[in-house]
Amino acid sequence: MRDELVRAISDMEEDEALRLCAAWLAAGGDPSEVLDAAKSALGIVGERYDAREYFLPELIIAGDLMRDIAALVKPHLADADEPRPARGRVVIGTVAGDIHDIGKDIVIFMLEVNGFEVVDLGVDVPAEAFVERVRETRPAVVALSGFLTLAFDQMRLTVQALVDAGLRSGVKVMIGGAIMDDDVRSYVGADAYGSDAQAAVRLATAWIG
Amino acid sequence: MTLPRTPDPGADAAAQYAARVQRVRDAVALRTPDRVPVFGPYQKYVYTHGGLTMRTAMTDYAAARAACHAFQDRFGPDLDFGPILAYPAKPMETLGYRAFRWPGHGLPDDAMYQYVEGEYMTAAEYDDFINDPSDFMFRTWAPRQFAALDGFAAPAPWRRFMWTGWMGLGALASPEARRSMQAAIQAGEEVDAWFASIGQYTAETNAKGYPLAYAGFDWAPFDILGDTLRGTTSILADMRRRPSKLHDALKVATRIFVEYAAPAASAELPIVWIWVHKATREFMSDAQFREFYWPYFREGLLALVDMGIIPLVYWEADFASRLEAITDVPKGKLIYHLAGTDPEQAREALAGTVCLMGSVPNIQLLAGTPDDVRATCRRLIDTLGRDGGYIMDTAVMLDEAKPENLAAMIEFTKEYGVYR
Repeated sequence: MRDELVRAISDMEEDEALRLCAAWLAAGGDPSEVLDAAKSALGIVGERYDAREYFLPELIIAGDLMRDIAALVKPHLADADEPRPARGRVVIGTVAGDIHDIGKDIVIFMLEVNGFEVVDLGVDVPAEAFVERVRETRPAVVALSGFLTLAFDQMRLTVQALVDAGLRSGVKVMIGGAIMDDDVRSYVGADAYGSDAQAAVRLATAWIG
Repeated sequence: MTLPRTPDPGADAAAQYAARVQRVRDAVALRTPDRVPVFGPYQKYVYTHGGLTMRTAMTDYAAARAACHAFQDRFGPDLDFGPILAYPAKPMETLGYRAFRWPGHGLPDDAMYQYVEGEYMTAAEYDDFINDPSDFMFRTWAPRQFAALDGFAAPAPWRRFMWTGWMGLGALASPEARRSMQAAIQAGEEVDAWFASIGQYTAETNAKGYPLAYAGFDWAPFDILGDTLRGTTSILADMRRRPSKLHDALKVATRIFVEYAAPAASAELPIVWIWVHKATREFMSDAQFREFYWPYFREGLLALVDMGIIPLVYWEADFASRLEAITDVPKGKLIYHLAGTDPEQAREALAGTVCLMGSVPNIQLLAGTPDDVRATCRRLIDTLGRDGGYIMDTAVMLDEAKPENLAAMIEFTKEYGVYR
């Protein structure tokens, strides 16, 4: 079952994947094996995304499948599944005045697939909210997302707010969004910019390990 | 090509108007114009420059017009938008527009309005849209988009109006339908007042010797479905989950695309702006782009070109991986606007086929110096503009800038961009 399930998920065969899960669970199979297979499949999806075989459509479908599989498995689990130790924590949000979330959500998906713990502050996040959550959760990385050009100034304000709060030296700051480049990075005072979700993973890996 | 500043041809406004139209037409047709045309690249910036918040620009139409005139008088670009992008807040309030947030309605006074995506058409409703798009838009979609139009769901589909169909008119007498029709009439009057202001600006700017940069706006067939009906995540997943339905709906959307732009054909400078939203390299593979996005878009673009329209395709991201596909269009008929695509790569693939436009990084206008901007413009004119076929513009629409940087972009282009 395991190999078939891994293949069905990673090849985007939604109906087949859910059928296999349901059949396995109905026959009294171990629910943790289903979760384990799903995690392996997710790793393959991430690899194919890295290799530019998969794009956003496949990440969306994989995300939906994970939700559906988790719902199928949940009633069969005795206790909560053991939480996997995270590689490190990333606080992420779209800066104030900007309500775009698609790019940010791709980055979250890829960071989580790669074992990072992500604290998602959502969209239109004021600088103070970043400061508050950084103080509270002590992440290694702060990721600022923005699609609009107004994000240039908002990101700069947010980084400055981290400096003012004495938190800047404890975190690495990455920025991302369609129009980010090295000039923007320098204007904002971030440590790095990423042009896509793989870049976010590479940066977090380099910084956290 | 480096030369002292040339005065605008002719003192009189009509001659300047004609010269500006010709300059752009020459660039589009890949002939060598007198100089590189330069666009006044504003969205919100024009109002910031004029001392207005976006909220005021969306409510005080006279103030918005004055701000656009002040910009034009100071910077003198060949083309600009006028106040069309300051959408009117009043009718949006009246209609209870759910798909936007704007200053005073969920956003601060100085923010640009933003679109709020949603799944305004469910997967199960594809056939309703495909079989009768007007009915779907009127009775299902409009009540979802506009809180005040919920009563439009009441009547029977108009396709059943023959024979005893009229006996169903009672549905329009229901309290909800009356309320929605009243709201629609009120919003219609409010929109008319705004359009009157746009018309006034157009007449005034033309009299000053400036053509408008647009004759219409449009959205690619895939984006018509993706932006306003299915939403990004849903339509992207649909490419895998229900490809044949998506293809059928794209055929319908292609007809709507052509219909939307058609009135622009009669304009003197019939440019139709099309911002490309869902075709970026992150959103779909090249194979998906070539199957779902480009064929329908291309068919629509060719239909526009046949009508004499100049489509201006705003490729608003890095489109390097699509260059090979999008080269397949008639020569000298379209403008491709560049944002994140490497200009040199774009030139190699596209020069001699389409007129290129844009590429000045917005961050430079905000955080750079006039010298930085001039250096960028020089590079762009030397590469993209060296044989004609280029229009100077920023990478994306301009919301933030230092005025001296914008002045540097426009003045340098007028000096250095002269063809000898």
